[in-house]
Amino acid sequence: MKWTRRDLLIGLGGLPILGAVWWAGAATSVGSRKKRSEILEQLNIKPSLPPAVPGIGGDPVRIGVIGFGIRGEQLTRALGFATDEWKEEMRLAAEEDPNNKRLEDFEAQERLNVKLVGICDVFDVRAEKFINSFSTDDNKIKRYLTYKDMIQSGEVDAVVIATPDHWHAPMSIEALNNNVHVYVEKPMTHTVAETYTLRDAAENSDAVFAVGHQHRQTLSFSTARDIVDKGTLGHVSLIQTNTNRNDDNGAWNYDIHEKASPETIDWEQFLGSAPQVPFNKNHFFRWRKWWSYGSGLSGDLLSHDYDRLNCVLNMGIPASVISSGGIYTHNDGRNVPDVIQVNMEFPDFSTGSSQAKGKENGMTFCYSATLGNGFSRPTILMGHDATMELGNRLTVWPDGASTRYSEMLEAEKMRPNVPIYQYDPAANATDAVSSATSQYFADKGLMWTYIDGVRVDSTFLHMREWLSVIKNGGKVSCGIREGFEEAISAHMAGLSWKLGRKIEWDPAAQALKPIEGVDFDKVLLANENWNIQPEMVG
Amino acid sequence: MNQNQNKLKASVTLLRIFIGWHFLFEGVVKMYNPEWTSFGYLATAQGPFEWFFTMLIGDATIGWVDTLNIIALMVVGVTFTLGIFERIGAIVGIGLLALYFFAHPPFPGLTQMNVEGNYWFVNKNLIELVACIVIYQLPTGAYFGLDYLRKNKLKIQEQ
Repeated sequence: MKWTRRDLLIGLGGLPILGAVWWAGAATSVGSRKKRSEILEQLNIKPSLPPAVPGIGGDPVRIGVIGFGIRGEQLTRALGFATDEWKEEMRLAAEEDPNNKRLEDFEAQERLNVKLVGICDVFDVRAEKFINSFSTDDNKIKRYLTYKDMIQSGEVDAVVIATPDHWHAPMSIEALNNNVHVYVEKPMTHTVAETYTLRDAAENSDAVFAVGHQHRQTLSFSTARDIVDKGTLGHVSLIQTNTNRNDDNGAWNYDIHEKASPETIDWEQFLGSAPQVPFNKNHFFRWRKWWSYGSGLSGDLLSHDYDRLNCVLNMGIPASVISSGGIYTHNDGRNVPDVIQVNMEFPDFSTGSSQAKGKENGMTFCYSATLGNGFSRPTILMGHDATMELGNRLTVWPDGASTRYSEMLEAEKMRPNVPIYQYDPAANATDAVSSATSQYFADKGLMWTYIDGVRVDSTFLHMREWLSVIKNGGKVSCGIREGFEEAISAHMAGLSWKLGRKIEWDPAAQALKPIEGVDFDKVLLANENWNIQPEMVG
Repeated sequence: MNQNQNKLKASVTLLRIFIGWHFLFEGVVKMYNPEWTSFGYLATAQGPFEWFFTMLIGDATIGWVDTLNIIALMVVGVTFTLGIFERIGAIVGIGLLALYFFAHPPFPGLTQMNVEGNYWFVNKNLIELVACIVIYQLPTGAYFGLDYLRKNKLKIQEQ
């Protein structure tokens, strides 16, 4: 058997093609992997795992809930208790859309060692709903008609406060003075003076005080802290955060309950220190729209964004704040703005510099919000060396003019439009199906995942941490110091909008710089257009 | 007639080698990248068979799916470039492309993800699938490829 050269050429002609393609494929793959590991090695970012907290042992923590509205129900669910109405609603929602896993998630949630013992809500319907849903034969839940009755009863170890803003501080202070543990919603206070009183109360109390900024538990935020600490972004000079909503719910025009009446609502108690106005359903259910009870965009939503960044950067209270905006999208009788831009200045703050010493210092935090457009603008941290998008996922892009990455950019190992790092704790969880988009493919090469990625409610983690500290001691991630910074910063933004001028903070005096002839708290509580404009939405 | 036959064989051979080239490269790139996974592709599957593809992404199955995908790509790539057992390669290729097609079908009403063009029912996966049918019908390994040596060897032995 003998083959001619022609035979071999025809028979083995495919071999060099196979060899060449194989070599090219292997080189491409290994090369890009090497490039990537070089980048990741240089960045040395450690994706954070969920915080391990010591168990909540011993007798169950006896909890009283004050305020069982929209947020109160959410907080109670985080504690492990959902109303039958909600479960039914979620069961139907899951039937309609199999990607809706809220009921499944709730049922998979770890059980906390707590016992609901009391409810205080000035609206009979809500208090009854709480009792009907959670009262059992061996645990009769008691309704308290006032928060003082509940706190002083000696029957509750801890309270969860989810009331209008003007009640946050008085209730927290009462609880702390009675050594009852507190979990209070944001903003921590409604006025500047209260912020100091509450701080004193928290510092002098044996009880554990926590503010409901649950995002401090979000994995991406602790990873973001590591990214910033490692100097990945270089000197961050500008932060852009936003609120974009365009619906009634987002503009605080919540449903008015059909059974609401002066007979079913303790109006006087709802008002508390607020101006004494006649019974008004609109005010009761949509209290966020008036300075008397709420704090507008600055206290309601800016406080979230501020604390989101304060937990990553620890930048503290701004040296000065200037805000502007107006009531441009929902002129329905409200007196809090629905469009606001807040610029907070941090002239002495730096996340670290890759350039000559002293060249870079100072940062502006810009919050831009509208309740009249829902286009999603991401939170962006803009550094000299890189830009980071901060959300549930993190993405870091190098800057084309970066000093730190100049060599890698020149060698084309990095490109300005290609992320050098991406973190998505939910990427491997099947829950993420609905949100997986084409971006997934584009960026997957540089993606880290939280391997056992199960979606967990961050409010649950936040409450679990609070309960663990109650039982085992330690420190909550959003306590009085963080709450103080959040409240003061939010009040500065509200004051600046109301006064139309710059509000400054004196760090040495730990106080707002006084403005002659201005009583800050009077300004904060002032209600322009109060009862003058007709309420168009009812 | 004979000349036309030769032209046809040459064209189909070129088609076969290029398809093999394409599959082989995809297979090798994935083989040398241990982080590669079909998870994202399957997790975002759409259309009438979405249930089937999302079923494959479980912890127990995804590893097998990834390995089988690489093996299948390599089988098509090697048989087509070398020109041997190409009918087996063509069947594997048709199966694989049918899976790709139905995971992200270019049906009206579905969002087209990660595509560079505009498609309506027919896309490049489907065209490549049909090309694999052509390869199955017109094997050319004996014209250019290892099959030539195998067939010739038989011929020599017969003589």
